[in-house]
Amino acid sequence: MDYVGIVLVSHSPKLVEGLLDIIRQVIHDVPIEIAGGTNEMEIGTSVEKIMSAITAANTGKGVLVFYDLGSAKMNAEVALEMLDSIQVKIIDAPLVEGAYVAAVESNMGKSLDKVYETVIREF
Amino acid sequence: MELGVLDIVKWFELSNEKIQQNKDYLTSLDRPIGDGDHGINMARGYQETVNKINTVDYAEPSAVLKDAAMVLLSKVGGASGPLYGTAFLKMSVAVKGMVVLNLRTLTGGLAAALAGIKQRGKSELGEKTMIDIWGPVVDYFTKGEISSAGLMEIVSSALETSKETMATKGRAAYFKEKSIGHLDPGSASSFYIFEALAEVIKEKE
Repeated sequence: MDYVGIVLVSHSPKLVEGLLDIIRQVIHDVPIEIAGGTNEMEIGTSVEKIMSAITAANTGKGVLVFYDLGSAKMNAEVALEMLDSIQVKIIDAPLVEGAYVAAVESNMGKSLDKVYETVIREF
Repeated sequence: MELGVLDIVKWFELSNEKIQQNKDYLTSLDRPIGDGDHGINMARGYQETVNKINTVDYAEPSAVLKDAAMVLLSKVGGASGPLYGTAFLKMSVAVKGMVVLNLRTLTGGLAAALAGIKQRGKSELGEKTMIDIWGPVVDYFTKGEISSAGLMEIVSSALETSKETMATKGRAAYFKEKSIGHLDPGSASSFYIFEALAEVIKEKE
């Protein structure tokens, strides 16, 4: 089965590595990619990293992008504009709980719109 | 006034010099109401930009602006990366196909850059962001007659006004009224960028 992919964008590599560990305890099959920190692994975000994460997480059902702070969202928007062949949605939701709910929803085989709607409704 | 490829390259070189000289100052501005990395991020991004644009023979200003935008997008790291990157990318699109920029086309390019910053940052004038500098600059250019001295007056007074504004956008907004009296680091780096542009224009006067 194909799943909606999930991308976790954070200023800190450690933050999303830890979050991925939490989600992977429960959800194994959903493609989840992280884009934490700059290219030099410092605090910040990188358009390049976000673009590769989105591409890697996409299995054809689209990708939902979670972020931590405002500038991460701006870089995610730039990445989205540059990847117009992939269906991507950036979501304004709590990073930890939102991504957890999305992973569970995606694991049920739901569509990108459905996963998005459920997370928005939840928070 | 007409600006060609070499003038636009010069604009980035002069901006870079000012940003390198004031790297610690920009970072110190970012410490009380931000995350303390603006100087480091801008210095890295602008140095890489200058390294890149000095290796290419460009046919038109638009191509310089596009390369600068791409380098800033990938190298800056903080919020200023997507903001300045988007600004120069929109400016590049607005002046595509022109070998030299005159006052009218330069104004069009700056207006497109400002629109890009507003769209990317979902922000408007008066929220203590770089828009507080870019907005008055675009208004000044739109009046149809400019001088390097006039441009410096505009950016200096815009920076002063912005200092006394309360932040309602960006990381500084978390600090609310505590942000009043602090200079916004993005406005300060934009100040250096327009100070550099004024110097390029001065050579043409």
